[in-house]
Amino acid sequence: MRSFLLNRLSQSLVLLLIVSVIGFVVLNLIPGGPLAQFGLDPSMTQADLDRLKEQLGLNRPLWMQYLDWAWRLVQGDWGTSFRDGAPVLDVIGRHIFATLLLMGSSTVIAIAVGTWIGIRGATHRYSVFDYLGTVGAMVALSIPTFWFGLVGIYVFSLQLGWLPAGNMYTIGDGSALNYIHHLILPSIVLALVHVAIWSRYMRSATLDVISQEFVKTARAKGLSERRILMKHVVGNALLPMITLAGMQLPSILTGALVTETVFTWPGMGRLFLDSLGYSDYPVVMGLLMFSAILVILGNLIADVAVALIDPRIRLS
Amino acid sequence: MTERSNTKSNYSRRDALRLMAIGGAAGLIAPNLLGKPAFAQSPPASPTGRVVVGLSQEPTVFNPLMAHTEVDDALHFSVFDALFRIDPKGVLQPNLAVEVPSQKNGGISKDGLQWRIRLRDDVRWHDGEPFTAEDVKFTLELITNPKFRAWRTSGHSLLRDITVVSPTEVTWRMESIFAPYLSFLAETFMVPKHILEKEADPNAAAFSQAPVGTGAFKWAQRIAGDHIELVANTEYFGEGPYIERLVLKYIPDMTVLYTQFVSGDIDLVDQAYITADHYQEASKLSGRVVSLEPGASVESIYLNLEKPQFKDPAVRQALYAAIDRQAILEGIYYGVHALTETFMPQNSYYYNPNLPAQEYSLDRARQILDEAGWVPGSDGIRAKDGVRLSFSNATTAGNNLREQVQQFLQQSFAEIGVEMTISNLPGAVMWGDFWLKSQFDSAISGVTYVIAADPDVTNRLHTSAIVAKGGKGSNTGQYSNPEVDALLEKGARTFDPEARRAIYLRVQEIVRQDLPFLPLFAYTNVFGRKEGLEGFKPNANTRVASWHAAGWHWKS
Repeated sequence: MRSFLLNRLSQSLVLLLIVSVIGFVVLNLIPGGPLAQFGLDPSMTQADLDRLKEQLGLNRPLWMQYLDWAWRLVQGDWGTSFRDGAPVLDVIGRHIFATLLLMGSSTVIAIAVGTWIGIRGATHRYSVFDYLGTVGAMVALSIPTFWFGLVGIYVFSLQLGWLPAGNMYTIGDGSALNYIHHLILPSIVLALVHVAIWSRYMRSATLDVISQEFVKTARAKGLSERRILMKHVVGNALLPMITLAGMQLPSILTGALVTETVFTWPGMGRLFLDSLGYSDYPVVMGLLMFSAILVILGNLIADVAVALIDPRIRLS
Repeated sequence: MTERSNTKSNYSRRDALRLMAIGGAAGLIAPNLLGKPAFAQSPPASPTGRVVVGLSQEPTVFNPLMAHTEVDDALHFSVFDALFRIDPKGVLQPNLAVEVPSQKNGGISKDGLQWRIRLRDDVRWHDGEPFTAEDVKFTLELITNPKFRAWRTSGHSLLRDITVVSPTEVTWRMESIFAPYLSFLAETFMVPKHILEKEADPNAAAFSQAPVGTGAFKWAQRIAGDHIELVANTEYFGEGPYIERLVLKYIPDMTVLYTQFVSGDIDLVDQAYITADHYQEASKLSGRVVSLEPGASVESIYLNLEKPQFKDPAVRQALYAAIDRQAILEGIYYGVHALTETFMPQNSYYYNPNLPAQEYSLDRARQILDEAGWVPGSDGIRAKDGVRLSFSNATTAGNNLREQVQQFLQQSFAEIGVEMTISNLPGAVMWGDFWLKSQFDSAISGVTYVIAADPDVTNRLHTSAIVAKGGKGSNTGQYSNPEVDALLEKGARTFDPEARRAIYLRVQEIVRQDLPFLPLFAYTNVFGRKEGLEGFKPNANTRVASWHAAGWHWKS
């Protein structure tokens, strides 16, 4: 286990290095840059822009900028946002709570509902429920999230007036109830796609397990269907789901991007979009590295969890 | 014998008039007494209520002297004060200064080089410290500090010998005469010396995250990515504030911004405003006041005049004649904007209303090109001396209205034997070197020419402002006309508004004739606010709708 972990960690470091180099180069290759936002401002002369470029260190060769950035990163300094003037980690930290709240609630919905639909679909194969689940999943996967978002706002906010049209809370009312009220629509909209994914995976995993010999044995022993399902099927079917959950961890960053924009949610997805728009290199690089670390961690945790739960899987 | 008539009134004619006057006044007041009290229009005695302003970009630069974009002004105008302010009519009004210096009142010397500013003595920073001439000196010197990431330095870099004469008086000498500097100062917000002088690096000061100003509102808190909250400065020396809290809410998507205006989550739509395609619907909303207000920007087709096909004035004239601007305005922009022939905002004192109006005529366009010797080739595209009348047009990708305009123009130009290809770019790419260093053939852009209402357009139209030729400025179309250059130089040296008016009217005449860019329309902003929000004043001379939140109040 220890050598496995060390091996994975060293691979991760190489991966992070590659991600950082590619990210840095690609980002800097995009024409325009952080000063493009002043292009239409009649008061900014080229001399002003050149001065700003120098002050931000953007006039140095790219490799020098990279080495400087990487060296600081190793020392724990993720740089300073061009746009905000605040340390990158602070900028990310300011947005992480909103995203975690949204992703957390939507993940709970997605896993609970998706698992239930998947298992029920598998145990009632070719029933009306199963067909509805399949069609529903196809619809949820093929229609863009922003469409669901806009329809949700139109129906539940503008027409029925039941739910807020956006924002994380009403300004001036920071109560938990207010947060929950604002959380309902975006987390359901965001959960829709994940419900679809989970239900499809869960359905096939359950079907796999149902056809296994040990389930037949259990049945032959005269156990009730309910007991078989709860004790033998669900536990085994959930195993591959752990890997899926691990892989979905990085979508904390990107998955909520559209939803956060539609619902004016001040999370990391929107921060990423904004930072890209402003070519705020330090923040984009910070988010990229953060995301890469999450991917690596997510996979690592999933692997370890699977290994711990199922001793048949060897980590060598 | 004539008896005195019983019917005769005891009232004299004067009494009758008086009664009529009272009756008239009552007629005016009575409806208010019945429905809403007469005092409803007046602001409350102490700041009450909250106003949520919707912005399409997030304000992130809180030190007003640092490089920033227009969206940050929403905060700067409320938290800080400048020496002067520009009112909706484009007239400079004293703010921290007691008067606007001029050659007439002796604030500016006859040769235009010596300036004297007299300041109010009743202004305090939000932390209670008094505002003095030392702060003005510190502010002006900070802008030109080479280590400081200052916004514009033009004008400021001409200052020499800034001297604090007394706590309420500061003087300086200008290296050369620069009349627009008065207007520049109206957008130069004063920062506190006693806080910033202690900072080793003025760029990274804590002040930049929690600013301290003298303005009508004090900094309260920021929820990054969401909103900024300001609270009333009850010690404010000027008018207001009448509202207790001012919230600047960031909503990046234009459709969502509009939806939140409809749902009532925001009280006033600022930067980005309501899009033209939502105007009709918005104006029918109950409980909302939606109005059209002239803006300062002009949407034009920019031609890169160094490209051989655009060097011939006949081509520019023919292209202009081939644009059905009315159809674009009505069909694509829902009739919201206004036609214009110049770069100067139409409500400016310097606007020239007597320029020849463009007439849409494809026949006329063809005739101009025929006469100039542009002959259609085998593919139908005209050419002259080996130059094909073909060019690309760029604008920001994703702007669907502009993209429709491009397609419309493409078809129109094809009808006169001109080929226009469309190649759009993301905004962050478009406004970089591609735009600034004139790498485009032609481009569609909305541009504001004036800075704080000053008519000086040297940065945009002077030969020395062509960056692609080593100049300093943003003359991206590479326009060059010696007469315009001379007029602009003269205009920047002239303080007398009337004399300046003559100069800039002439500049507009020449530019209209030369057509370095083809004006499509002058922007009209669609402002929207909740009914009952009083004291709102549009001001095309500033870049934000909430330039004067100090005067806002809710109808009681």
